[in-house]
Amino acid sequence: MKAVHVASWTLAAVVSAAAGWAAFAPLSVASRDEPFEIPKGTWARRMAGNKVEILPNRIDLTLGLNDQLLLRNLDDVPQQFGPVLVMPGQSFRLPFEKASTYSFDCTAHASGQMTIVVAEAPATPWDRIQWRWNQFKKKTRA
Amino acid sequence: MNRLARSLFALALAAVPAFASAADPNPIGLKAGVFDPPQPAAEFPAGVHATDRGDLTLARWRGKVVLLVFGFTHCPAVCPTTLATLAQARRLLGPDAAAMQVVYVTVDPERDDLAHVRTYLAGFDASFVGGTGQAAVLAELRRRYGATAQKIPPAGGGADYGMSHSTTIWLIDRAGRLRALMPFGHSAEDFAHDVRQLMALR
Repeated sequence: MKAVHVASWTLAAVVSAAAGWAAFAPLSVASRDEPFEIPKGTWARRMAGNKVEILPNRIDLTLGLNDQLLLRNLDDVPQQFGPVLVMPGQSFRLPFEKASTYSFDCTAHASGQMTIVVAEAPATPWDRIQWRWNQFKKKTRA
Repeated sequence: MNRLARSLFALALAAVPAFASAADPNPIGLKAGVFDPPQPAAEFPAGVHATDRGDLTLARWRGKVVLLVFGFTHCPAVCPTTLATLAQARRLLGPDAAAMQVVYVTVDPERDDLAHVRTYLAGFDASFVGGTGQAAVLAELRRRYGATAQKIPPAGGGADYGMSHSTTIWLIDRAGRLRALMPFGHSAEDFAHDVRQLMALR
């Protein structure tokens, strides 16, 4: 019974410490890039009738953290990346300085539009927890 | 508990700062999106006629920073905003404005003949040069830059159709390299800043 009690308190302490850290520790990232790559062979796969989608309809960025869209073309032919024509071996890096919703023409999507939503940097403890949680979900999905 | 520990560990990893220093991703410090490495901008196909004289070629502007815009003179919002912003950027540049050339190519040759484009551009800045030509030639030019344009039928069935078109601005340096692409909505200050940065490049 005592062991269960100790375990419960330990668990509560760990969760509280993690929540405190997630809420108050400064946010930091290795790179501000949000990268998307067209892999080598994409054109060949498309020519073979396969559907290859690289860019999602909506991309979420956060000022000061991941606020640069990075598009890399690793294929052997020029590729249209949303509104940008990127040559083989070339990259295109688009920085954002204002929180807003940006719409771009994109023939790759049925809607004809690609939306980039740029949010303000997390300012409150709750915002930081949410941002970390979203990053966690993104990493575990990858 | 193991699952909780793994989650906490992954959460911690998600926010651990990295201390490795990366190369500056935007060494010329542009507000616009930057191509790396820059490559020669595509030359215009034969048959794009200029509002000032002869055919419109890119080579003609070597030594200047070229801002290439695709649009149409009946455009209700995007084109007037972009052209007014670029005219203001030229004013901000003062004596350096001579090194900046705005080139506006129509996506609507049906209605935009040379005289019409010339008159339209003169309302913004006398230095702006326009281009028009046969639809197939203009489509080829757009293909080379990855620009898009599509006719929008009039809602009421009349003759006054619209055009959906790329709203970004292509930035070409003095050596004719396609350096950057500025999305719609940036300020005149941002354009003036980037033109100055590109002017400083060799």
